[in-house]
Amino acid sequence: MSTQVLDNINGVIPASAVIPAQAGIHDHGHHDHEAEVTDKVVFGFWIYIMSDCILFASIFGAFAVLHNNTFGGPGPKELFSMPYVLVETFLLLTSSFTYGLAMLGAHKNAKTQVLFWLAITFLLGLSFICMEVNEFHKLILEGNGPQRSAFLSSFFTLVGTHGLHVTCGLIWMVLLMFQVGKHGIGAITTRKLTCLSLFWHFLDIVWIFVFTVVYLMGAV
Amino acid sequence: MTNNHDTLVECHSRVGGNHHDSNHGSLKSYIVGFILSILLTIVPYVLVVNHILASEPTFIAIVVLAVLQLLVQLIFFLHLSTAPAHRTTLLSFVFTVVVLFILVAGTLWIMYNMNVNMMDHS
Repeated sequence: MSTQVLDNINGVIPASAVIPAQAGIHDHGHHDHEAEVTDKVVFGFWIYIMSDCILFASIFGAFAVLHNNTFGGPGPKELFSMPYVLVETFLLLTSSFTYGLAMLGAHKNAKTQVLFWLAITFLLGLSFICMEVNEFHKLILEGNGPQRSAFLSSFFTLVGTHGLHVTCGLIWMVLLMFQVGKHGIGAITTRKLTCLSLFWHFLDIVWIFVFTVVYLMGAV
Repeated sequence: MTNNHDTLVECHSRVGGNHHDSNHGSLKSYIVGFILSILLTIVPYVLVVNHILASEPTFIAIVVLAVLQLLVQLIFFLHLSTAPAHRTTLLSFVFTVVVLFILVAGTLWIMYNMNVNMMDHS
């Protein structure tokens, strides 16, 4: 961004005066270009995440409105096991941390470190999803599926949407592990790893609110 | 010309500098963030499960702790900061928070009034 913008701003300066200055930094031109693209891509991805926040806010709003409408069925106190949910929360929090360690590896160009921590993050995320699917499965078997009451419909929508995001994140992570394995740590793989890191930390934050609003408030 | 060159180099190193320092965080910042986030999960959990406070204060406490948790994650994991290079990111985040507030508070406000006005007399 820096050189292009400055060229426009400094349009009044004769070209002959500008060219030597540019030539002076031309050695870093390629690296500069990559950094510039990374900035743009990461910011664009950030905007996507912000729009995803609005999706989650709508579902949280729906849950907040409907959480008392149990239609004579069981409420959160009867349905949810708090220690179970705490373990799920720790799994996701830890996976966010281990993803951070993978990113530190990426910035040091340490391919093995990246792959190792991505694998750990993947396993933690997968355990989280397995626990969630198990919880859903149990609820549905007991006749407390989404069709039971408005409360359960909104519960399944909220927690299910989050789970779907985590599943997409896991698939993306596997693909990235193959890419990193094949191409190593370069400008492009680092860019992709950075986008997934934003996505993964974002899902962790959404879960914190699911944990607070659905489970903790349900148990108060 | 010298002036222009200096500006370019300065701007170049500023952008480069952001790339190598503030954006990434360090092992220490990740560990601090992780420990804080674990604490901010355990404290509300214990408050709720052991019924340490009455329900109203518990409610307020877990909301406050969730917001603290959000801040910890934003700062230590997402590296959101007030640095000039992050201005647009921060601005888009603040805008989103305003939209989220209007969305959630507005939904609750409207639906609460609908409920009170239309379901009350049964």
